[in-house]
Formats: sequence, structure tokens, C-alpha cells
Amino acid sequence: MSLKLNQHISREYNAELERIRSQVLRMGGLVESQLTQSVRALRKADTSLAVEVQNADGRINQLEVEIDAECTEIVARRQPAASDLRLIMGVSKIISDLERIGDEAKRIAKMTNTDLAGHLPEHMNMEIGYMADLARTMLHDVLDAFARLDADDALEIAQRDRQIDLKYESITRQLITYMVQDVKTIPTALAVMWAVRSLERIGDRAQNIAEHLIYLVRGEDVRHVPLDDLLQ
Amino acid sequence: MQSESATQSSLLQEASLAKDLAAVVSGLHVYYGQRLALDNISLDVREKHVTALIGPSGCGKSTLLRCFNRLNDLIDDCHVQGQIRIFNRNIYHPDEDIVALRRQVGMVFQRPNPFPKSIFDNVAYGVRLQQKLSSRELREIVRWSLKAAALWDEVKDRLDESALQLSSGQQQRLVIARALAVKPKVLLLDEPASNLDPISMLKLEELINELKTNYTIIIVTHNMQQAARVSDYTAFIDQGRLIEMADTRSLFTHPQQKQTEDYITGRYG
Repeated sequence: MSLKLNQHISREYNAELERIRSQVLRMGGLVESQLTQSVRALRKADTSLAVEVQNADGRINQLEVEIDAECTEIVARRQPAASDLRLIMGVSKIISDLERIGDEAKRIAKMTNTDLAGHLPEHMNMEIGYMADLARTMLHDVLDAFARLDADDALEIAQRDRQIDLKYESITRQLITYMVQDVKTIPTALAVMWAVRSLERIGDRAQNIAEHLIYLVRGEDVRHVPLDDLLQ
Repeated sequence: MQSESATQSSLLQEASLAKDLAAVVSGLHVYYGQRLALDNISLDVREKHVTALIGPSGCGKSTLLRCFNRLNDLIDDCHVQGQIRIFNRNIYHPDEDIVALRRQVGMVFQRPNPFPKSIFDNVAYGVRLQQKLSSRELREIVRWSLKAAALWDEVKDRLDESALQLSSGQQQRLVIARALAVKPKVLLLDEPASNLDPISMLKLEELINELKTNYTIIIVTHNMQQAARVSDYTAFIDQGRLIEMADTRSLFTHPQQKQTEDYITGRYG
């Protein structure tokens, strides 16, 4: 059953739901940009950009509060049912995951300092860039799937978290090797470790968003269900 | 359109296997003259649960409700085909005792319809017709019925006053007490709360919730939130057909049919 937001008898209700959807996309766009900027700051050891990212996080938090208030208001005034109810419940969870992704981006930005520039081997810099791309694309695509309310795409995107997890493990192993070989690399390696840990968490959050999206479109709760079972 | 067996939820199927069904409707067609009002309805009503019938005006939900106590027999050109079994007795059998049926299947209407008599006499009315009791026994039944209908505390000191002086919420509970007094097993409620203020409506819903421990309740309501609040199972009827029946929780969060979805979310189909 396809989800249509704009066919209610009440046009005001259509507008309210549409507004919530566009607010989520706006919030998602901000979070995506925060993630891009934080990784750029980290890789280039650009501390002023890192400060900008940290300052911009407040806007994301504010949007979460606003959207949540609108969801509460719709529940109170409209008593939504079926797909409308699932949309509201889903959005309320999605924005909480988005807000956490914003926090992780802020954390990555915090790890940025000028010492990193000299100490981060080029190879490691590229690995972080690759992992960040995986996370950013996953976030971008899940927001895109949300804009289209496309559960099939969401299911495909949910599986990508595995690639991010594998990348996280491989980077962690390399960092341990650096630290064992040369104790002077430890501060840098720990900073990078925190940053890739955040990227790994972002993958988890993006997977959560994909699962909420599947629920709100199809009405089936796929959290804690092995992905292989869903693909059959 | 799914097959008929698939329109009932698995919970109901379990219930039907467990044989705790109060009523089983199969292949029911109702005509008003030439017009088909109900088209091949089959559904199960679980004992000591609340089943809600919802659907747009004129969809046939009240017609279906009135089939359970054969109230449609009173309409001249109404013609019923198919079967309704209540506690495994075919109520459309030619030998069915309709008076006994209506004692077993009580009904409450949209507008409370107390008789222009005292509160006590309203409740005692059906009992007096049914059996000869001592005044002590009768008082006991009236007290029990008013208590069961959650009205006793409000009227116990003025049982001799006219029932017409009660508020409409109290009148609605009074007619429920009157229905309960003759010890029915099934209660049919036809839009029982649509003329009540919000507080009286909540009291009535609370009463329904209490009554279902002892009675099977079938309720017709325009108010979908009310169906969602009070019922265990919900059947959605449109243009005389059963579109979907499921446990209320699934029907209001994840209906299977697009028509149901459109109706409960207020979309034009």
C-alpha cells in the first residue's frame, strides 16, 4: 500500500503532515552537512572549521525540539491512525537518531587539532575519508528514501551498515599497530579512534532510520530482525 | 479483495478454534425490497469481548447490528438470507422464539429511550413481564442492574422519581440497566454515545469495558476513536460489504485494505 500524505479530506491536515516531512528533510540536510564538514575539518586539521561545526549543532537540536512539538500537537488534535500514526511515530524516532548523528559529527569536530596534521599518515587519512564517505552516503540515501517514502530502498540501505562496521574494525586494527610500533602516535591514534567510533555509530543510526522508515511505510517492525530474514 | 477467511485476524481464528464464539454470521444477505443492503457478510463475534462495527453512513452497519436480534423483522420489505448462529443456535430458524432471542440479545439505541415511568419501574419493566417475583427479589434485581450499569450511586435515593428527569448520560445508563435486568448474554449498542457529552461518553466507555467481563458486546459507532478505545475487534463495512475485520490494535495501526486505511485516516478513497 503506497503512502499518500496529501489525500485527507482536511487540507489543513495534509499541510501539517507535509510540513513535518519537509522539516525532517531540512534537519537531515543540516546533519548531513555537519557530517561532511566535521570529517573535512578532521582530515585537514582545520580547527576553525571544527569550531563552526560545533557551534552549528545547536540549530539541529532546536529543529528536533520543534518537530517533536509538531508531532505532539498532531497527536493531540488529529488523533492520527494507521499510516498517519506510523508517520508521526516514525518521524519522532527518526529525528532522535538524526539529532544523535549531529552529536557524533560534533564529536568528530572536537577531535580535530593542529597536531593531527603532521602525525596522521596519508594512508590513514584516506581510510578515514573512505569510511566517512560510506557513512555520509548511507545517511544521504536514507534521507532520500524518506523523501520518497520508499521502503524497498530503506531495506537495501539498512544492509550497508555492515560495510561500515568492517571498515571500522580494519581501521582499529591499523591504529593498534601504529600505537604498538611507535608510542608517539598514541595521542593521534586515540583521536582518530574516537572519530572512527563516531562514524561507526553514525552507520548504526542511519540503519535505525532505515528501519523506522520501513515501519512507517509498511507497518512492520524490523528492528532486531536479522537482515537476511527480511531479504528472503 | 481478499478471500473471506483472510479478512479475519488470526486472533479470531484462534478464538473460533477454541469455540469461545458468541455469534457466527455466515453468508448473510439483507435486502430492503430490491436493494441489497448487506452483501455476503461472514464474521465471528467472540464471547465476552467487544466487537465494533464501523463504516460510513448507510454502509449497513446498523442493519447488521439489527440482524443479531432480528429487529429487521419489523421492517416490512426487509428480507434476510444466510445464517446467524448465536451460541450455536440458528436465530433465523423458522421455529426460533423471537421473544426469547431478544431477552438473550439486549439492545440499546442512539437516543436513550426510558419509559415515562419511575427509575425503578423502568428497570423492573422487562423483569415483571418475564417472571413473577416477590417485591424483595425485584428490588434486588433492580439494585443489581443499576449497579452493573454504574448508575446506582447516582439514583439510589430517588428510585421513585421519573426517569425523564435524568441527564441523557444517566438515561443511557438507565436503559443499559433495563437491558441487563433480564439477564441477556449479548448486548447490542447502536451509537450509544453519539448524543452524550464527552464526560458521559467516557463513563459509558468505562461501563462497556466493565460489562465485557460478563457480556458479549457488539457496538456500532461513527466515532472511530471510540471504536479504537473500547473494542477488542473491529469490522469495517462499506457499501454493504465486510471490507476487513481484525483485532482493533492491528486494524488501527496497520490495516490491510486500502479502503480501511482511507476511511480511518480520513482520506477520500
